[in-house]
Amino acid sequence: MKFTLSWLKHHLDTQATLDEILDALTDLGLEVEGVENPAAKLGAFTIGKVLKAEKHPDADKLRVCIVQTDEGESQIICGAPNAREGITVVVAKPGTYVPGIDTTISVGKIRGIESHGMMCSEREMEMSDEHDGIIELPSGEVGQSFADWLAENRPEKVDPVIEIAITPNRPDALGVEGVARDLAARGLGTLIPREVEPVPAAFAAPFTVTIDEDTLDGCPLFAGRLIRGVKNGPSPQWLQDALRAIGLRPISFLVDVTNFFTYDRNRPLHVFDADKVKGNLRVHRARGGETLVALDDKEYTLQAGQMVISDDEGPESIAGIMGGAATGCTEETVNVFVESAYWDPIQIAYTGRALKINSDARYRFERGVDPAFTPIGLEHAVRMIVDHAGGEASELIVAGAVPDTDRAYRLDTKRVESLVGMEIPDAEQRATLEALGFRLEGDMAHVPSWRPDVQGEADLVEEVARVASLTKLQGVPMSRATPGVPEPVLTPMQRRESMARRTMAALGYNECVTYSFIDQAAAELFGGGGDATKLENPISSEMSHMRPSPLPALLQAAARNQARGFADLALFEVGPAFHGGEPEEQNQVAVGLLVGHTGPRDVHGTRRGVDTFDAKADIEAVLAAVGAPAKVQIRRDAPGWFHPGRSGAICLGPKNVLGVFGEVHPKVLAALDVKGPAVAFTVDLAAIPFPKAKSASRGAMELSDLQAVERDFAFVLDANVEALDLVNAAAGADKALIEEVRVFDEFHGPKAEAQMGEGKKSLAITVRLQPKVKTLTEEEIEAVGKKVIEKVAKATGGTLRG
Amino acid sequence: MEELRQKYIAAIAEAADEGALEALRVQAVGKKGEVSLKMRELGKMSPEERQVAGPALNALKDEINSALAAKKASLADVALEERLRAEWLDVTLPGRPRRQGTIHPISQVTEEVTAIFADMGFAVAEGPQVEDDWHNFDALNIPGHHPARAEMDTFYMARAEGDNRPPHVLRTHTSPVQIRSMMKHGAPIRIICPGRVYRCDYDQTHTPMFHQVEGLAIGKDISMANLKWVLEEFFSAFFGTHVETRFRASHFPFTEPSAEVDIRCSWEGGTVKVGEGDDWLEVLGSGMVHPKVLTAGNIDPVAWQGFAFGIGIDRLAMLKYGIPDLRAFFDSDLRWLRHYGFATLDMPTVHGGLNR
Repeated sequence: MKFTLSWLKHHLDTQATLDEILDALTDLGLEVEGVENPAAKLGAFTIGKVLKAEKHPDADKLRVCIVQTDEGESQIICGAPNAREGITVVVAKPGTYVPGIDTTISVGKIRGIESHGMMCSEREMEMSDEHDGIIELPSGEVGQSFADWLAENRPEKVDPVIEIAITPNRPDALGVEGVARDLAARGLGTLIPREVEPVPAAFAAPFTVTIDEDTLDGCPLFAGRLIRGVKNGPSPQWLQDALRAIGLRPISFLVDVTNFFTYDRNRPLHVFDADKVKGNLRVHRARGGETLVALDDKEYTLQAGQMVISDDEGPESIAGIMGGAATGCTEETVNVFVESAYWDPIQIAYTGRALKINSDARYRFERGVDPAFTPIGLEHAVRMIVDHAGGEASELIVAGAVPDTDRAYRLDTKRVESLVGMEIPDAEQRATLEALGFRLEGDMAHVPSWRPDVQGEADLVEEVARVASLTKLQGVPMSRATPGVPEPVLTPMQRRESMARRTMAALGYNECVTYSFIDQAAAELFGGGGDATKLENPISSEMSHMRPSPLPALLQAAARNQARGFADLALFEVGPAFHGGEPEEQNQVAVGLLVGHTGPRDVHGTRRGVDTFDAKADIEAVLAAVGAPAKVQIRRDAPGWFHPGRSGAICLGPKNVLGVFGEVHPKVLAALDVKGPAVAFTVDLAAIPFPKAKSASRGAMELSDLQAVERDFAFVLDANVEALDLVNAAAGADKALIEEVRVFDEFHGPKAEAQMGEGKKSLAITVRLQPKVKTLTEEEIEAVGKKVIEKVAKATGGTLRG
Repeated sequence: MEELRQKYIAAIAEAADEGALEALRVQAVGKKGEVSLKMRELGKMSPEERQVAGPALNALKDEINSALAAKKASLADVALEERLRAEWLDVTLPGRPRRQGTIHPISQVTEEVTAIFADMGFAVAEGPQVEDDWHNFDALNIPGHHPARAEMDTFYMARAEGDNRPPHVLRTHTSPVQIRSMMKHGAPIRIICPGRVYRCDYDQTHTPMFHQVEGLAIGKDISMANLKWVLEEFFSAFFGTHVETRFRASHFPFTEPSAEVDIRCSWEGGTVKVGEGDDWLEVLGSGMVHPKVLTAGNIDPVAWQGFAFGIGIDRLAMLKYGIPDLRAFFDSDLRWLRHYGFATLDMPTVHGGLNR
């Protein structure tokens, strides 16, 4: 919402400075977004008088002038044709910045003669495009500030333009009068009543207006007057200036009048060329399918139920949103029908949204204009038209009535203190509300018709506090709900998430935060990309679907980093994955990704490509950190975006998958442009059961003084036998005595097959025996060894390697 | 015997290596060594002679053994020194490479904010990011026709043909978590709700996803003055310097009265310094929870009242740590992650400090 200071002063009698007004506006909730103050640019220009002007000896078009300024007599060279003795001029002294030529004036020589300044044209000061000569002022004292002279003599030239942001609850402030009312309530002046003497009716209405029964809820009131014999044309200068100042293009007087009252009083109006209207006007609902070319020259197809204004031949205007081109006013219009109606905000909002029309009228009607002002605004417009453009006005043509919006809420003056925490005297509270237009009856405050936002007692508190200024609010300590050491506030899941995050960083991964949405192709690689997770209005095709996992985005990030020359990466993210489009179909996962090598090339030769067992070690570390049980199953059925032979799923029982790990499928890497090797893991943070025991006790530690014994066994096995089966079999040989079984060697491949036969491999394990009662004898150890071999043979078909 | 002593002591002193030393030991005190042979002769002596020769021989044997041991040790020392001299490493070579992980500023700042509010008794609440429009809008006093809906640049989920429910949205703010928490826990309640939010907007200063933290405190007599105190306490703890706030009247559908909150700052030298100077920086929206919102959360607005506020976490991170570009937060550029990331064990706590 833009307006000029002088426009504001049309409604507000005030001595306040511009800065005071700006501060008050922002503080009142009418946030100033910008201000353009022409006087600020003109601050350094002063008035001077040309004492003498002679032709420059070396240039025909230049004159050497002696100019009286506040600093004495200055010699100034000037090229303007009107530079002559005796005129009063505007001087830019050396050091002054001249905006129109983007130059700071300095003392210089022009064709050999010194010049100490410049006499300016309007264009040079960016006041207008006028550049035929330097400014000649009809008055003004030498040394007087030019800005001050303008303020006194041509205030419109230094009229500051103020732009404020209007929150949706304040339609009244979409008119300059409403802004003035707020400032007056704050004490920055008094509101000037702007009333109107209606133009007397000169003739009876030649046509009628009706509102269909089913449309009355959307259009309770439709009023208008026909004016015959107007002379349309350009608006008077003041009106053109006022509209231009706020960024509107003057069109013709009749149209400009409607724009003026839109901004002056938040009263959108419409003018029909009455000669183009056929028969009577009817406000009704569209059947659907009717078309209409609106004032923006676009054709709109109306949907059933939308409100329209039609004449006998069909739709003329999209009610409350935009008029029709066919009946619009032109320079030639002589008979004009001025319309002022009240439209239901909700219906206008839905129609405007459906037709995608953003007009000033829609913007205002959907926020709620003052219904009571509907007929008064009409009289204002008719008065302005007749006064300026002549003609005579018909009697009022009206259908419906002003809707009753009267309502009152109890003003509990103590509520301001209990809700806001400010002490404001009762009388001041009442005075504030009255200044805003509320009518007080006892402690009941009747809401003015222009404040649709006030819907309860809390709104009265808001008005009082707002006008009193929230800057006066003093903080008051809020004690803790309960005294003493506060209880922990994080849920076990929140702590788990933090543990997972810090653990992954400790493992050397860099945390990323990637977008929750991703392109369909990438989502599809990870089992997503379906319609359930599709966005209706994505910002781009790169972000069209909710991600099934953070992993594709991490891989894309890896590709970007590789393109920047970083080939070895360890990235992770703890964030949401979306497996559907419902609110509950979201789960929190921790995802790690290793790409390339373990590190840069180094003198120690530790560098190697990352592999599945890096991912496995890291997922195990994360699982351990977040409290997953040590005993888990590892299945081979990791999802399809992993290498089928080099991946696994870590499970508790057949259904509960805690996480997956493995080498990323080569096709996925190719699709996402990542240079491998790449391994990854995902932990489903919610899948891990929370411990049931509440006790902090760790349980007793069992230590044995007896010497533990380790024995190694190497087995020949079928190549597809899994190490975990071997380990479990060995461990089962004597559960009391065997403390640990570790695999320490794997021998496989062609060499192994050459030694042990086709399809064979060898695994070597260490079995650690921890006696608890007495030291083991060699025979006892021997006996356990035999059992280990038997168990392994039974479970895996393996034999001891000879 | 003295002759013997001198001979061996001198020989031991001159022995060049362990081998020579061993030969001398065998020669002197070995089973058939000279000293040992002499000791065997003791048996043939008279008791008086034995009384003299015995101890002397024993002393000689001890002396030779000690000399042997000393020489052995000194030879070992020499040998070790020799070895150490040869074992020279270029210690300026790099150590074995180890990856250094980092924590993203969003996570760090979220933990900082959590630590401060936890100290003031606020719990952490969470909610879904795909929301139904009732929780995201209606319950927050933003009905279907409300202009704020259009102004929020909402992302909508696509609806399947025939599914006539209003489309779900990506939550435009963390405020729906307020509603869910009120419905679940009732009053009194103090929570913060940090998390991802979404707006259909992408330019120099906007990303379609960013992070907010919502605060909600409902009690019998919690006022806007308490809100001001809580926010000033928060900002001062967060920025590590006393921060003044300025409240300005504003409007949000879900609060009444509503206020925009500015913090004192200076723009001197082109960078923002919080807590000093004469300028004000708008940082958050807040207000007293609207009675309709309390009702939507199943809380009686006659009996209970309180405040709510929402701050951008990314914005807080940018202000505090001088991070210039919001878009870079979500780009995962390794250089950025390393530069702006935080050390793994650098956990922000109220007792340990919140400023890095």
